[in-house]
Amino acid sequence: MSILLYKVALLMYALATLMSLVAVVRNRGNEGRRARLLLLVAFSVHTVTLVVRYFEAGYTPVTNLHESLSFFAWALAGVFMLLDMQIRMQVMAAATATLITVFMLFGSLMPMHTQELNPALDSFWLPIHVGLAFMGNAVFTVAFVAAILYLIQERMLKSKKFSALHYRLPSLETLDRINYRCLKFGFPLMTMGIISGAVWAESAWGTYWSWDPKESWALITWFLYAALLHGRLTVGWRGRRAAIFAIIGFFFLLFTFLGVNLLLPGLHSYSSMAG
Amino acid sequence: MEIFVVGLSHKTAPVSIRETVAFAPEHIGDALGQLKKLPCIAEVVVVSTCNRVEIYAAADYAEEGIEAVTRFIARYHGLDVEQLSKHLYVRQGDDAVRHMFRVAASLDSMVVGEPQILGQIKDAYGYAVEYSSVGLIMNRFLHKAFSVAKRVRTETNIAGNAVSVSFAAVELARKIFDSIEGKTVMLLGAGEMCELAARHFVSNGVKEVLVANRTFARAQTLAQEFSGRAVLFENFADHLHQVDIVLSSTGATNFIIQPEQVQNALRQRKQKPMFFIDIAVPRDIDPRVNNVGNVYLYDVDDLQGIVKANMDERQKEAIEAEEIINQELVQFKGWMSSLEVVPTIVALRQKMERLRQREVEKTLRQIKNLDDQGRRAVEAMSQALVNKILHQPTTGLKRAQKCATAQPYVDVLHELFELEVETAPGEMKKIDQVDQD
Repeated sequence: MSILLYKVALLMYALATLMSLVAVVRNRGNEGRRARLLLLVAFSVHTVTLVVRYFEAGYTPVTNLHESLSFFAWALAGVFMLLDMQIRMQVMAAATATLITVFMLFGSLMPMHTQELNPALDSFWLPIHVGLAFMGNAVFTVAFVAAILYLIQERMLKSKKFSALHYRLPSLETLDRINYRCLKFGFPLMTMGIISGAVWAESAWGTYWSWDPKESWALITWFLYAALLHGRLTVGWRGRRAAIFAIIGFFFLLFTFLGVNLLLPGLHSYSSMAG
Repeated sequence: MEIFVVGLSHKTAPVSIRETVAFAPEHIGDALGQLKKLPCIAEVVVVSTCNRVEIYAAADYAEEGIEAVTRFIARYHGLDVEQLSKHLYVRQGDDAVRHMFRVAASLDSMVVGEPQILGQIKDAYGYAVEYSSVGLIMNRFLHKAFSVAKRVRTETNIAGNAVSVSFAAVELARKIFDSIEGKTVMLLGAGEMCELAARHFVSNGVKEVLVANRTFARAQTLAQEFSGRAVLFENFADHLHQVDIVLSSTGATNFIIQPEQVQNALRQRKQKPMFFIDIAVPRDIDPRVNNVGNVYLYDVDDLQGIVKANMDERQKEAIEAEEIINQELVQFKGWMSSLEVVPTIVALRQKMERLRQREVEKTLRQIKNLDDQGRRAVEAMSQALVNKILHQPTTGLKRAQKCATAQPYVDVLHELFELEVETAPGEMKKIDQVDQD
């Protein structure tokens, strides 16, 4: 049941992506509104999917790669729509929807069936730790999208060669503000995600920190964002530099999320492809 | 009834002619009155702006109307018809309708997409209504033109981007800053261009204006005008970090702003972005300033390049607009021909009915010993015959009317059956009766 719902959600996300891309190309506001509505519907279907899966499996569905990707895409959609309520931007919607669809598509390529829960994960810390970490990741992903758009817009303004995108993209300051806002919300979420993981590790394994690859990479990523936040607050790192940081940060994040599981064995590897 | 237009515009007449031929607002009533009295003109609207003078009219015989209107313009302004005709253009039927749609949608304007023309046409229509020189056709025609203009405006990007240097600067600022509101502008030099650009920024919500000029007194007057403050020209660099936008147009022969100064200012303002607009020739600002992070420098050529690109963009949008106009034109033609189709059908029926009655009477007179039932049968048979004969042509005409191709059929019917038709608005009601058959 949840697998079928997942496929429906994926299809709706894909449609919303297509529609928002068309809206960007044709620069029509009403099409953009319809695309957003579709995104909201897709998100609702996806929410139902997660709830159904929770009851089918009997645990919070974030224990293998399929479930993680699904939850991450869901968080990304949710975070984006929250932002979109304040700052409405067609291009941003199109880019984020594309990313969501890509993650969902990857999720559908992984083994999707539910299985017995690894006893090590059977804890109330699971939803807290993973929820916080993924929310943080989702917020930083939005920052990544804004950063890419910032660099495109900045390039055009500096070189004075404008494509049609220039007129559709928001101002540099707006894009930079999104970057900062995401940092303000993403950083505490990420920090709490790491701390909750450490506390859980202490109660499960008896040690707060065991330098497993996921932990190490998460820490590196955390330092990166910490540096950006510090630079922003003290010497006014902004604009291009902040955008580049957000992009690098995102790739570290992606590696921590996916790369570590696929490439480096460790304590967190029960969420590998095998499930 | 046909629509036609006689007029001249910036494309056909120099300003010296346009200003002679223009109808001042206080004369339009008088002109409309005289035009209305012309025997061949049914309805009329006069559009008069600084770029165009056009008289739109509906007449039974367009050629006569055109001649009368042309003579009227010449007489009214004391010009020679020959001399005037050189600059006049004349369109009739579909071409006249298309012309009006294009003008209203600002496709025929000097600056394509400029919004004033629609308002001017609305004014012209207002006068025509006031002096009751418009009726069924022109009312419909003008309202259609307004809705076409609106469609073009909302469905294409024809009025999208700035087509003047100072607006281009404001639009660029909007792509750098969240909004211009609350920003601070510094004017270097007090040239006319600078002042104009500053005015655009102020009307778009700039919070504060700083003015620096070599003659301090001039800086002070200008600052007063923008309720800003004047600073000493020698010290302007000390204020750089306080401003978001710098508008420069001094007469200096060397660069007065160097990258190092800008870097300093940026450090002081924690890298908040700055927008430099250099409209001086020779330039005031070292072009290397553009390489400083979070700083954007545009000179006159850059801005003119943008204006040119925007103009081209509007031309592209205009192609889409023409498509919209074509669609609307077909619709309007359909309506126009309905004005002729319905009366034609009615006239055809009346003619047949007269023939039928005459023949039935004749027949009944000849057959003396026919009972009531027999009489009714003859009556019914003749009626059925007329209906059957007319059914096909009637539906065919209506179909043609929907595709706006009815005109030739209408003409042929008139010719072959020698129909007499009045195209009075009242006839419109009969459309329903005819539809019932």
